[in-house]
Amino acid sequence: MTTTPERSGPVPLGVPAPGAFDAHHPPSAELVSDCVHCGFCLTTCPTYTLWGEEMDSPRGRIYLMKSGLEGEPMTDSMVQHFDACLGCMACVTACPSGVQYDKLIEATRAQVERNHTRTPKDRALRTAIFALFPHKRRLRALRAYQRTGMPALVRRTGLLERFAPKLAMMASLAPPPPDKREPIPARTPAVGRRRAVVGLLTGCVQGEFFPGVNAATVRVLAAEGCDVIVPQAQGCCGALSVHNGRDEEAKRFARRTVDAFEAAGVDAVVVNAAGCGSSMKEYALLLADDPAYAQRVEAFAARVRDVSEILAELGSVAPRHPLEVSVAYHDACHLAHAQGVRAQPRALLREIPGLELREIAESAICCGSAGIWNVLNPEPARELGDRKAANIAATGASLLVTANPGCLMQVAASLQRRGARIGMAHTVEVLDASIRGLPPSALGVP
Amino acid sequence: MGGTHGTETTAGPVLGPVSPEETGATGEAGGNPEAMAAVTRAVRAVLPANAVVSDRIELRTYECDGLAHYRVTPALVVLPQTTEQLAAVVRACAEHGVPFVARGSGTGLSGGALPRADGVLVVTSRMRTIHEIRPADQRAVVDPGVLNLDVTHAATPTGYYYAPDPSSQQICSIGGNLAENSGGAHCLKYGFTTNHVLGAEFVTPQGEVVQLGGLAPDAPGYDLLGAVVGSEGTLGIATRAVVKLTRLPQEVRTLLAGFASTDDAGAATSAIIGAGIVPAAIEMMDALAIEAAEAATHCDYPAGAGAVLVVELDGPAVEVEHEFAQVERTCREHGAFALRVATDATERALIWKGRKSAFAAVGRISPDYIVQDGVIPRTALPGVLRAIAELSASSGVRVANVFHAGDGNLHPLVLFDDAVEGAGKAAEEVSGAILDLCIGSGGSITGEHGVGIDKAAYMPKMFSDEDLDTMQLVRCAFDPDGIANPGKVFPTPRLCGEVPGKKRGAPHPLVAAGKAEAF
Repeated sequence: MTTTPERSGPVPLGVPAPGAFDAHHPPSAELVSDCVHCGFCLTTCPTYTLWGEEMDSPRGRIYLMKSGLEGEPMTDSMVQHFDACLGCMACVTACPSGVQYDKLIEATRAQVERNHTRTPKDRALRTAIFALFPHKRRLRALRAYQRTGMPALVRRTGLLERFAPKLAMMASLAPPPPDKREPIPARTPAVGRRRAVVGLLTGCVQGEFFPGVNAATVRVLAAEGCDVIVPQAQGCCGALSVHNGRDEEAKRFARRTVDAFEAAGVDAVVVNAAGCGSSMKEYALLLADDPAYAQRVEAFAARVRDVSEILAELGSVAPRHPLEVSVAYHDACHLAHAQGVRAQPRALLREIPGLELREIAESAICCGSAGIWNVLNPEPARELGDRKAANIAATGASLLVTANPGCLMQVAASLQRRGARIGMAHTVEVLDASIRGLPPSALGVP
Repeated sequence: MGGTHGTETTAGPVLGPVSPEETGATGEAGGNPEAMAAVTRAVRAVLPANAVVSDRIELRTYECDGLAHYRVTPALVVLPQTTEQLAAVVRACAEHGVPFVARGSGTGLSGGALPRADGVLVVTSRMRTIHEIRPADQRAVVDPGVLNLDVTHAATPTGYYYAPDPSSQQICSIGGNLAENSGGAHCLKYGFTTNHVLGAEFVTPQGEVVQLGGLAPDAPGYDLLGAVVGSEGTLGIATRAVVKLTRLPQEVRTLLAGFASTDDAGAATSAIIGAGIVPAAIEMMDALAIEAAEAATHCDYPAGAGAVLVVELDGPAVEVEHEFAQVERTCREHGAFALRVATDATERALIWKGRKSAFAAVGRISPDYIVQDGVIPRTALPGVLRAIAELSASSGVRVANVFHAGDGNLHPLVLFDDAVEGAGKAAEEVSGAILDLCIGSGGSITGEHGVGIDKAAYMPKMFSDEDLDTMQLVRCAFDPDGIANPGKVFPTPRLCGEVPGKKRGAPHPLVAAGKAEAF
């Protein structure tokens, strides 16, 4: 039988086509071949939703990887479509064939970072982001600057928007600094009978922008019978780096995190930021080539839990006080799609007397935050954010609950633009308020 | 290689005596460069920059639709947002004699949207506005790129939905449905797309915008809309559709029944319909298909079943209750050993999830497969299924069966591993033999996936030359220059030289090359 031949293989130049990828962990041809091109992934892909074009869909990106493996060079246009992927993993949930797009895009991003030269402007921005975000002290310095009143002045003049729209986006996303920081002790004993000893990752963005979430996490875990250890040696988990192909940097962060929590000797490593938890569960893949860590990291990864997971596993013992509030629960992509954690936070919220849970339409579609994607792609991020905000507003709920600092910042900005009056909180803050018997107003519910 | 995702491999559907490439059905890359350049200039003048794709790497992502075995890189891809833009593209193509192919979401399974190497691929994925939902009139007016399920989502709050439900309904577009006359599980009771489209704004191959049908049913005069629905993009491109909305049923009940064999399940199907019951759907899956669906969706079908039936009844509560009891009884009488009734929407969704993801899920139990689509009279089901099983046993090629039992619309999935020498060829032979079985039983070569490029070579097995010539007259009436999706549906690309109307000086290059005949 004859079939339609490849009509557009590599351009015959008389030399072998180099292909897009080097030999160090290219996207796996076997995983690429799992895709049957059915298109079921298109519906919930945020970029396909925005632009309706094949190359900005999961199926199209896999096709680009395949072309790259078959000899197509890594062109600017190819990279542009890999870069445009938010990494939300909605496609992994949607795929009936079980295509592991998460592994494919991660391998591809590392290849892009190694083999593609970005424009000087793009390079500078990325360098700036990675010089700032994974470092708590530097983030703290940014917060200090925010407190001076300078930002308002800069915003009013519109100078920032004109000269650095991406930096303006970053500045607009950061919530106002809290009035007071609650110190997080290195060890908090369980209330009542001890049921587990857990370590808490305090995170960089979570810790600096939403310190209240960490404090609430500690209180809720303790109330549910956990000794909570906060290893002081911990730093960034490396999630932002790994999701942006910064392989070596990610590995450094991962090793340090593993070391810190191993030394603490905890039963579980609890994470309250979806992006961090998802990366830490995948450390085994990241450090597979490191003989000093390959074995240890598997045991580590198996102990990582999102805070809602461990609370659901333990089952609640602390009494809940009524909280009369309607809640729209937003699935953070790295919790729902990447970790498959959907039922637990909902179940925990439903346990609270008086709380009414509402679902948000198009819940599978990303809000546009996606790590640093909204900083790198402010316009489409704003479109996605506005779409999400409209769906949230349509629920009529008075409190938005989600489990990721990035989503909170992104959605807050969009809701603000709409002039929507709605409180925002992390799942664990709602549990904390209920356990402590606080009123809805404590969560900013208008 | 997973599924039908193509490479340089030789796996794939049977092509019959002549491959598309030999017939020139997909065009020559770089053919007629002046005309292509002129069309490119013309479309750039009317479309925004981001709506014209000419970068080679990007063009390649449009090489195939849901049937990834056939791949052709289009010369140009356009993504119009309005009827005016789309019509302007088609006019440019008409003016310069450049072929065009329409594509919706690219989920078709017969290669109907396979691009032309010398043509323009017109993608409607950015035309996705729902213009009107008119529940009181039971109508919706939508753009061609609107997704099938989105029509239902938009209509549900008003108490209505869009009935045709292809398995790909979450992503397939209304325009694509219209072109392919798509069916789905519930078409047994509610009919195919053609029964639900009442009007269309339509761009002819000359680039004229015309209205076919309208909001009212049964427009007087020739039923041109009827000709257009299911014409697989060979008569023009729909740019807006008036579709019928169906009242949400008062009651829906879904039953999952496990049988020892497909014989029993097939007999139960005939008995249910023989009793005068028209369920909304009767779907059958055999053991292999169940295995795949379990692997993908953990749908919890009865263990050890040789076949399952999914029977859904909908309508007024009293009627459904009465008939449901009868269906349960009939299933038991025909050997059902496990019956599960979905009591709420979640359980119903889980039963359907197994069925609707079955095609793609087969990728989990076999590295490669061919999806076949044939129709047989319902009463022939047990016999044909047995014959397929015999074919499978004698050839050693595994065949999974997932299908619309109520309609007798078979979807055998022929499994193989392309890494094994000769496996692809053996699978093609089995796949072809299954179609012969369908035709031999008084059936058809396609129920709902369309002819496209995949089954064009099979048309002469079903139709005489006279039949095909008559169909060609219709095509030529719409498209005398043969630029609308040429090479699809008909086995040999035919031109319309004998038809009164435009005839250009020199013989068509395909005629000159002996690859086509003037008709």
